[in-house]
Amino acid sequence: MTTAPSVPAPDAAVARRPGSVRLLWLLVVVAALVALMAASVVVGSRDVGWSDVVAALGGSSDTIGQAAATKRIPRTLLAVVVGAALGLSGAVMQGVTRNPLADPGVLGINMGASLAVVVGIAWFGLFSATAIVWTAIVGAAGAAVFVYAVGSLGRGGATPLKLALAGTATSAALVSFITAIALPRGDIAESVQSWEIGGVGGATFDAIGTVLPFLLVGFAVSLLSARSLNSLALGDELAAGLGERVVLARGTAALGSVLLCGAATAVAGPIGFVGLVVPHLCRLLVGVDHRWLLPFSAIAGGCLLTASDIVGRIVARPSELDVGIVTALIGAPFFISIVRRQKVREL
Amino acid sequence: MTATHSLAAEALTLGYGDRTVIDELDLVVPPGRITAIVGANACGKSTLLRSMSRLLAPRGGQVLLDGKAVHRLPAKELARTLGLLPQSPIAPEGITVADLVGRGRHPHQGVFTRWRREDDEAVAAALEATQTTTLADRPVDELSGGQRQRVWIAMALAQQTDLLLLDEPTTFLDVAHQVEVLDLLTDLNRARGTTVVMVLHDLNMAARYADHLVALAAGRVHAAGTPEDVLTEDHVRAVFGLDSRVIVDPTSERPLMLPIGRHHMAAAAPRDVVRQVG
Repeated sequence: MTTAPSVPAPDAAVARRPGSVRLLWLLVVVAALVALMAASVVVGSRDVGWSDVVAALGGSSDTIGQAAATKRIPRTLLAVVVGAALGLSGAVMQGVTRNPLADPGVLGINMGASLAVVVGIAWFGLFSATAIVWTAIVGAAGAAVFVYAVGSLGRGGATPLKLALAGTATSAALVSFITAIALPRGDIAESVQSWEIGGVGGATFDAIGTVLPFLLVGFAVSLLSARSLNSLALGDELAAGLGERVVLARGTAALGSVLLCGAATAVAGPIGFVGLVVPHLCRLLVGVDHRWLLPFSAIAGGCLLTASDIVGRIVARPSELDVGIVTALIGAPFFISIVRRQKVREL
Repeated sequence: MTATHSLAAEALTLGYGDRTVIDELDLVVPPGRITAIVGANACGKSTLLRSMSRLLAPRGGQVLLDGKAVHRLPAKELARTLGLLPQSPIAPEGITVADLVGRGRHPHQGVFTRWRREDDEAVAAALEATQTTTLADRPVDELSGGQRQRVWIAMALAQQTDLLLLDEPTTFLDVAHQVEVLDLLTDLNRARGTTVVMVLHDLNMAARYADHLVALAAGRVHAAGTPEDVLTEDHVRAVFGLDSRVIVDPTSERPLMLPIGRHHMAAAAPRDVVRQVG
C-alpha cells in the first residue's frame, strides 16, 4: 500500500484533464463521419461516380446515377440523424439509470414507440407524419416508465440485470402485440413489417423535416443534462449533496432521451443496439465525463448507423439488408460480452 | 473561509414509512469545531446526518442553517455552504482522480458556465490537502481503500464548503488509515476553520478526534458535550447497554473506553479479587 509522498504545491494545470487527446479523437470521429457520408452516397447496389453526385446535389436527376444519388442523399442524412439520436439516447439512458445495459432497444422503449404507432395506424387511421411522431414519443415514454417501474420492484431497486430483463420481456410482449395487430390486416401488414425491422431506405427530405424539430429539442435537452449526469453518476445522495435536484435532473434527462429514441423510431422503425454499443466505445475513447461522452456518442452513433446502412447495401447485392438487421448482427455479440464481464455493476 | 455558519436541529422528527427514527430531537452544532455523532446500530445517526444535509425531509421540526430551514434553501446555494460525503458514494468505472475531484465543483457551476481557472485551483488545492496530487491521473478503481477515501474527501474539499458532513468516513479502513483520515479532517478544521460533523462507529476514535460528542439513543440526544462529559461508564451503559471501564488515554488525555464482555472480567472485577490474584 503506497501512501503518496508530500509534493511541492502543484501547478493548477496538473488537475486539468487531458483535453488534447479528446480533441484529437473528436477530429477523428468527425472525419470518419464525413468519409462515411460520402461513401454512403457513392456506394450501393449501383456505384455512382462523383460527377453524378455533384450533379445530384445540384438537384439534377437525369442519368440513372444521378437518380440513385438523389435518393441516397436524404437516406444518408437520415442515417446520420437517427444514428446520432440513438447513440446519444443510449448514453443518456445509461447515465440516468447508472446501468451499462441501458439502451432504447434493450429497455423495450423502441418497441413501445412501435406499438403505439401500429395501434394508431390500425385503429385510428393515423397517417399524418407529425401525428405518427407524437404517437411514437408517447409510446416510448409509456414503455420507459413501465419498464423502469417493473425493473425497480423488489430488493435492490433497478439493478442493471433486472432492468435489462424487464426491458427484454416487455419488448418480447410488445412485439407479439404488434404482430397480433398487424398480421390479420393485409392492408397494413407489409408496411408495418418493413418499418418494424427498421430501415432508412425510404428516406425523403419531407420525412426528415417532420422529425427534425423533435430531434433538435431532444438533442438540446440531452446535451444540457451532461453536468447533471456527471453528478448522478456518483450516487443519488452525493448528487443531492452537490446541489443537484435528483428527481428533476433524472426526469429531464430521461425526457430528452425518450424524445430522441421516440422520434428516431417514428421515422426509421425500431433500430436496436446503436444506443448500447456506441456509448461503451466512446467511453473507451474519452472517458466517463458526460460533457464529452454525450456529443461523442451522437457523432459516433451517426457513424455506426451510416456504416451499417452501407454494409447492408453491399452484403446482399443486388438486394439490400435493412439497417436494423445489420446493427443487430453487430450489437448482439457486444451485448453478450458486456453481460459476461464480471463487473456488470452500476456505472 | 473563516465564516462560521450555525447549524442546528429543532424538534426534528424523522422516519421512514410508519417508523419514527428520530423523535423531536434538538441539537446545536458548534461552529468551527469537530462534532462526532455516536450511538448504537440503527439509532438514527445516519438518518440525522442525511436530514441535516436535506436528503431526508423532516416529519416535524426543522434543520436550521444560519437560522434558515435547509429544506427551503435553493439546492445549489446550500451545496456551496454545506458538503456531504455519504457512506457509500459511487465511483464511475474508469474515472480518474482529477475528474472525480473536479465533480465537487458542481455547485459552483451553471449549465452554461465553462470550467474556470478557480475551478482548477480548487481541485489542485483539494488534491494537495489530501496528498493525492500524485494520484491525479490514476483511475479511482485502482486505488487502495485508504487512498480512495482520501480522494472522496478531496472531492468534498473541492466543493469549498464551510461545513462538512461525513457519514462514517472510516468504515472499511484499517486502523492506520482510520487515523490518517481523521488526522486529515483535523488538519482541515484547524487550517480552515471548517465545521466538521461526522457519524463514527468507534467511540474511542470519536472521543479522541471530536471537540463535541453527541450520543444518540432512542431517537433523541442522550448526552452532548465534551468527550469527557459524554464518554462515561454510565452513558455507555445507557446508550449501548454495555458495561465498560473508561480511563484516561495516556497519549491524548481524552477518555478511553474499554468494553467489558462476559468472559474477560479480571480488570473490572472488584478490587479485592484483583488484590487476591496480585
